[in-house]
Amino acid sequence: MNAPFVWRRSFLELNARDRARSLFGPGAGRELLGPFDRLESPWLHLQGVTPQADDGCVVMKGRIEGVPAAVIALEGAFQGGGIGEVSGAKMCGALDLVCRDNKRGIRTNAVLVLESGGVRLQEANLGLAAIAEIMASILDLRRYAPVVCVTAGTVGCFGGMAVAAGLASYIVMTREARLGMNGPEVIEQEAGLDEFDASDRGLIWAIHGGEQRYRTGLIDALVEDEVEEVSRAVRCLLHKGVPNVHRSSQVELFRQRIADLDPSTHLAPEDLRRTWPREAIA
Amino acid sequence: METFEFEYPAKRHPLRRAHVGVVGSGDLEVLLAPSPTGSAHVRVRTSVAGYRETWKALLDRFFHRYDGAVSIEINDAGATPGTVALRLDQAVEASEQ
Repeated sequence: MNAPFVWRRSFLELNARDRARSLFGPGAGRELLGPFDRLESPWLHLQGVTPQADDGCVVMKGRIEGVPAAVIALEGAFQGGGIGEVSGAKMCGALDLVCRDNKRGIRTNAVLVLESGGVRLQEANLGLAAIAEIMASILDLRRYAPVVCVTAGTVGCFGGMAVAAGLASYIVMTREARLGMNGPEVIEQEAGLDEFDASDRGLIWAIHGGEQRYRTGLIDALVEDEVEEVSRAVRCLLHKGVPNVHRSSQVELFRQRIADLDPSTHLAPEDLRRTWPREAIA
Repeated sequence: METFEFEYPAKRHPLRRAHVGVVGSGDLEVLLAPSPTGSAHVRVRTSVAGYRETWKALLDRFFHRYDGAVSIEINDAGATPGTVALRLDQAVEASEQ
């Protein structure tokens, strides 16, 4: 049962630090490389952009349900959550340490709270390199422990970070969140207004939104924007452990899904739910 | 981007350091820590150039009623003076809890 709207604690309205904190019990997570360590981007000020003291990436370590866990959260309000050299290295380094603990027999889970437009354009190649490393780290880690990705909104999760989300063991979204390789503006710019109208918010959410992603089996949990709901979904998925087959390993299934579509006809979002039913993935 | 530094006389040290805010459009982050000296030191980095006098007026007013020996770092992404004042108050409150 959801709390009445006015009493509910919105997850979406929290910043990255409070989101990470909320996934641990009260006082149960400690921050690593926080703002006072001043690990900021060395590139932004050269381009006239004010850096942030944590480079928009919050890393916390603690226990979730008694099991060691690391939560890595991106701040969507800072540079659209864009991955730069430093924020990418923080995420990658944290994932690698979690992986090392698992290899030493200390079971440790990882949760990514992603709110990101992808690579930070000001640090283009360094951001791309960071995302490649993050993807390699997720692939290594997910053999030992589940990697749960949460994307709550309002930025959503796009570009390289959407690939990282796709590699995660499980994905949690709210209806307000969006997940996709290319953002609406990019699609419109590259393929034209006929392909995608980036001003049509209804269309955007019907395609990139959490509900559509859930109905077509691309994510594992669709939750209300409420701290306890998000937290419960994360705990539940961590409890399931490493999936037998990761979604991103089911290459043939997704190839067949593409083959099942007839691109010469007009496809509506509801058609996709019918052609790509959630039940077919399990 | 512009950087300014300001010094103010101070009397007492804050209880603990505090971090508030986000460097998002129209917002700022404030890092407040005990100052290694007996005075207060402020460094402002702002993405909007040409407002040194406004920053000085705002900080003069703030330190007129706050006497903490603090080192304050402000990373600003175009916040209005009202937002800056609220974030400074929030940082002080967090440092005294």
